[in-house]
Amino acid sequence: MVFLNFFISGISLGSIYAIIALGYTMVYGIAKMLNFAHGDVIMVGAYVCFYATARYNINPFLGVLLAMITCTLLGMIVERLAYKPLRQAPSLAVLITAIGMSYFLQNTALLLWSSNPKVFPSIIGRGAFKLFDGKLSVSHITALTIAACIVIMIVLSLFISKTKMGKAMRACSEDKGAAQLMGINVNATISLTFAIGSGLAAVAGALLCSAYPTLMPTTGSLPGIKAFTAAVFGGIGSIPGAFLGGLMLGVIEIFAKAYISSQLSDAVVFAVLIIVLLVKPAGLLGKMTQEKV
Amino acid sequence: MKKILTCTLLILAMASCAFGAAFKIGGTGPLTGGAAIYGNAAKNGAEIAVEEINAMGGDVTFEIRYEDDTHDAEKAVNAYNALKDWGMQISLGSVTSKPCEATAAENFTDRIFALTPSASSAAVTEGKDNVFQMCFVDPNQGSASAQYIADKKLGKKIAVIWKNDDVYSKGIRDTFVEKAPSLGLEIVSETTFADGNDGDFSVQIAAAQNEGAELVFLPMYYQPASLILYQAKSMGYAPKWFGVDGMDGILTMEGFDKTLAEGVMLLTPFNADATDERTKNFVAKYQAKHGEIPNQFAADGYDCVYAYKEALELAKATPDMSAETICAKMIEQFTSMTFNGVTGENVKWAANGEVTKDPKGMVIKDGAYIGLD
Repeated sequence: MVFLNFFISGISLGSIYAIIALGYTMVYGIAKMLNFAHGDVIMVGAYVCFYATARYNINPFLGVLLAMITCTLLGMIVERLAYKPLRQAPSLAVLITAIGMSYFLQNTALLLWSSNPKVFPSIIGRGAFKLFDGKLSVSHITALTIAACIVIMIVLSLFISKTKMGKAMRACSEDKGAAQLMGINVNATISLTFAIGSGLAAVAGALLCSAYPTLMPTTGSLPGIKAFTAAVFGGIGSIPGAFLGGLMLGVIEIFAKAYISSQLSDAVVFAVLIIVLLVKPAGLLGKMTQEKV
Repeated sequence: MKKILTCTLLILAMASCAFGAAFKIGGTGPLTGGAAIYGNAAKNGAEIAVEEINAMGGDVTFEIRYEDDTHDAEKAVNAYNALKDWGMQISLGSVTSKPCEATAAENFTDRIFALTPSASSAAVTEGKDNVFQMCFVDPNQGSASAQYIADKKLGKKIAVIWKNDDVYSKGIRDTFVEKAPSLGLEIVSETTFADGNDGDFSVQIAAAQNEGAELVFLPMYYQPASLILYQAKSMGYAPKWFGVDGMDGILTMEGFDKTLAEGVMLLTPFNADATDERTKNFVAKYQAKHGEIPNQFAADGYDCVYAYKEALELAKATPDMSAETICAKMIEQFTSMTFNGVTGENVKWAANGEVTKDPKGMVIKDGAYIGLD
């Protein structure tokens, strides 16, 4: 039973990583760039949701919606100002810009909302499902996060594989130049990718802070890095991979803490990551693509 | 034209003379950033003391300036240099430990005396004859906590959750764990967390629960502590909680459910409910000015300035002295004088800069701190 409880804790933590990782992987899959500012967009989403629900008493779901709209706009603005001018630049330059953007957002948040940690009101309360006479409990927020992950995963996969915009996205991801020649508006497509990714970040922010209810300007950055790891673990660019990677990372982290040592948990997590990448360099569900030089 | 110029110069000279009659006192602290609650509290406390002292109009008056270090060692050194350029004669060090370790080294080489309100790690004062602390040094906090728990018979089986990438947390944990067995306390579970895995505490709490800990010791700042309290409640675990001075601030967190902290005990030298004149006056002034009850950091800042006043008066120091001269006088005074302030009576300092005073046990009841004794 203790084992199962730890497993559920792992799933709870993993589902949070998964939902953040979905945003990372989606942007990487299409735009082929690592948006390190993703974690900070999550933080912005969480703040918008916090102010809407705690200060202005707006219905939590409307609050999340408001956060999604804000983050979508923010994502598009960031893309337009910071990434678009660097479309032809080497990928290292874009990476550095993304890191800069991350710091920019964090420090702006510091100025706007101050550093004092705030306690985030859960969007669906703090209840839990009790199983086996209360010996096991799965919090509502965990259930909601997993449900949200699955819904987002399916919708995203369908969107990318079935719709015309999705087709354009896949084309851009394969070869931007060729896509442009075929009449696809590459800039609009990438902008749309960022819009969707940032909208997802707002959802992730609300769920992250509902599960672990303190909110600070640095709230998004470390979970962002962990989720990025999860995305690589599952195979970056692969949407089901991000989900699987996130859940596994959470479970490994909790088990490492519980059964090996709480001091070594991160070391264990990253050791597993290294082993997986040695055996499967593209990640668990990633596709190996031959780079033509 | 010349006359006007001379006049202006004269007036300027007189004005600067009038303003120059105060000691320039400077400090750095996190006024923004994750630890801003501490920096601002210490700054506000110190400023109130300066206002009071200047209003009294004695021989010793102050001009105070605080610079932001965002709890970052590198920025703290920059902030320190800015204060030095401004002409700082005596220093309040830095508010938090990591930055203060950096600025204390500068204080030592520049021979500018420092009395930090709240940077509690042992490395702050180690090997520096001119850096003193107003708060307990971390190792003392650990052993004092163990002593208090044993004396008050708060529990025999103890669990410790600490942050292993933080000098503050580790410093307290080390002496606590060392001292506990000799007092008949049994440490049944010891678990850690670090930056990046400080969201989920279910494993640490379950470990304490499964080992039957009656009391959980939390040597950490209040932000992770609030998560631990919240998760323990959802797991149905209700031991006694015992924190340290970093726990101070938990009640002022926006949106925090104060019932979670009900019964949390902590050791701190300052009790805002104390009924002595000095504390009542300070609390009233602080509340009028900032709209909240001062925490321990504010009290430390307040006491630092008063300790300086006393020492400067005893040493007959004048504001025209150089920082180095004042430094030598301060070392002499601080190692010999006894100070009474809001954070303790008969406060004394050892030559290594550590302070001796009695800690007060506090418990959170109905959303406010109440003295335990």
